[in-house]
Amino acid sequence: MSAIRFEDVWKEYGDHIVLERITLDVAPRAFLALVGPSGCGKTTFLRMLLGEEAPSRGRILIDGEPLKPEPDADRGVVFQRYSVFPHLTVLDNVLLGRELQQSRLLGRLFGRARREATEQAMTLLEEVGLKGHETKYPSALSGGMQQRLALAQAIMRGPKILLLDEPFGALDPGIRADIHVLMKRLWNETELTVVMVTHDLSEAFSLATRVIAFERNRNRPEERERYGATISRDLEIFPRRVAQPHADHPIRSGRDDPAAQGA
Amino acid sequence: MRWVNIRPGRQLAIYMAALPFVLVVIAYLLGSGARLAENPNDKLLPALSSMGLAVKQMAFQLDARTGSYLMWVDTLASMERLAAALAISTSLALLIGIVIGLLPAANALLGPFVSVTSMVPPLALLPILFIVMGLGETSKIALIVIGTLPCIIRDLSMKVQELPREQLIKAQTLGASTWQIALRVVLPQILPRLIDSLRLQLGPAWLFLIAAEAIASDSGLGYRIFLVRRYLAMDVIIPYVVWITLLAFAMDFALRLLQRKAFPWFASVRAE
Ligand SMILES: Nc1ncnc2c1ncn2[C@@H]1O[C@H](COP(=O)(O)OP(=O)(O)OP(=O)(O)O)[C@@H](O)[C@H]1O
Ligand SMILES: [Mg+2]
Repeated sequence: MSAIRFEDVWKEYGDHIVLERITLDVAPRAFLALVGPSGCGKTTFLRMLLGEEAPSRGRILIDGEPLKPEPDADRGVVFQRYSVFPHLTVLDNVLLGRELQQSRLLGRLFGRARREATEQAMTLLEEVGLKGHETKYPSALSGGMQQRLALAQAIMRGPKILLLDEPFGALDPGIRADIHVLMKRLWNETELTVVMVTHDLSEAFSLATRVIAFERNRNRPEERERYGATISRDLEIFPRRVAQPHADHPIRSGRDDPAAQGA
Repeated sequence: MRWVNIRPGRQLAIYMAALPFVLVVIAYLLGSGARLAENPNDKLLPALSSMGLAVKQMAFQLDARTGSYLMWVDTLASMERLAAALAISTSLALLIGIVIGLLPAANALLGPFVSVTSMVPPLALLPILFIVMGLGETSKIALIVIGTLPCIIRDLSMKVQELPREQLIKAQTLGASTWQIALRVVLPQILPRLIDSLRLQLGPAWLFLIAAEAIASDSGLGYRIFLVRRYLAMDVIIPYVVWITLLAFAMDFALRLLQRKAFPWFASVRAE
């Protein structure tokens, strides 16, 4: 749960201006969907928010603080591919965040600590519909299952902000509908601010509280590199959507877990 | 049907694999028979029976002068050198390769140096090694290490850099430190690739071993081959070469097996 603020952010690669004049305030607990034509800089925007790329100009603030210049556990991420680790089983993938957090030296938990973490991981796996698959490797899962796993893995660490780059783009429609239901639950029941890039407008409007469109104003070939994309639409979904945190059995992210917070 | 779509069945594939071997043996037997018919004392292509006798003598009869079974002593000496050298190479390469592949600063510092040193022909260094380290075991092991290490380092650091960037980002968003990324994300994924790399380096490793043994040694498979060469003892040399080939093949096979058993997830990753 964090407020995000972009103050006149530009991103250039050499002479090529990708994004320009991005000014944006995102409220805590918002679910922001980012749409726009291919190559307009949506991934670039997300990578700046992740701390993987620095803005060429302007600043990004999270809860009023300048963004740290590298990725950290406050910002979880799910990419379209390669979000889970192929050498770890489903269970180990979900456990990884907790293990890295609690065991700085070995990055592994043993005995009671591992049992407790495993218990929580299993609950989470059940929530995302992967019960019974714990001992499989990701390559044995379908694309939809892999993305569910990636979500569980990110949630387990308890990020404040969850960044999604076309996470469901490669899934077929039926499976996508299922995973939308899960995504809504995750957003409602964990303390997340979500920023999701998508190509699918209906996905954007059915999940988000606010939809932002990036567009390049000038598109003639000779101008293409000299003018970046900027925010062309900014739509608050009406009627307003608000996260409903009080479900009967809320999903427990790492952040809600008192044991994890003490560590 | 196009040639690219013709796949031999399982059984046929076995016969096909055996065919070149059989042909080579037949060609040898014919050649050997022809030469021996002309001159029974011919040493160039000895009959199977005389090679059998030589093996029996080398492997199963106590050598009067040294009081040992020569072939086994030779094998042991060579394998010890090879194992020691490869153990040093792989562990150093694993360490340095991961550091170079993972840390841009280390890559800037060591990358060009490793690239250049991997171009030095190791055999040209052999005299230097003998001068500096003497003719003992150290210089032989050092030759194999020098010959294989830079290649494995380069290979591994490239493999580390080929890991999807998303994975490293993902690990950081799970709170991983550099050390934890190396330990939990990179190392386990590099180990099966190290096996590939090692398999490729087995050939050069044997080459350097035989070369070092041929030049200065008093034991080892390479030493024996070059010793009996003086007497044109093809009946010893040929079985030794076959034996070396078998050993190398067995090592390769064992590594492949290890890769499959220890890293069951790796096959599908590689298939991508
Ligand atoms: N590291 C880089 N160096 C140079 N140019 C880059 C780099 N990364 C991105 N770009 C350029 O920035 C532009 C925006 O790329 P980006 O990946 O952000 O687009 P996108 O909106 O995510 O597209 P898509 O919908 O196809 O994923 C592209 O023209 C791309 O060529
Ligand atoms: Mg993109």
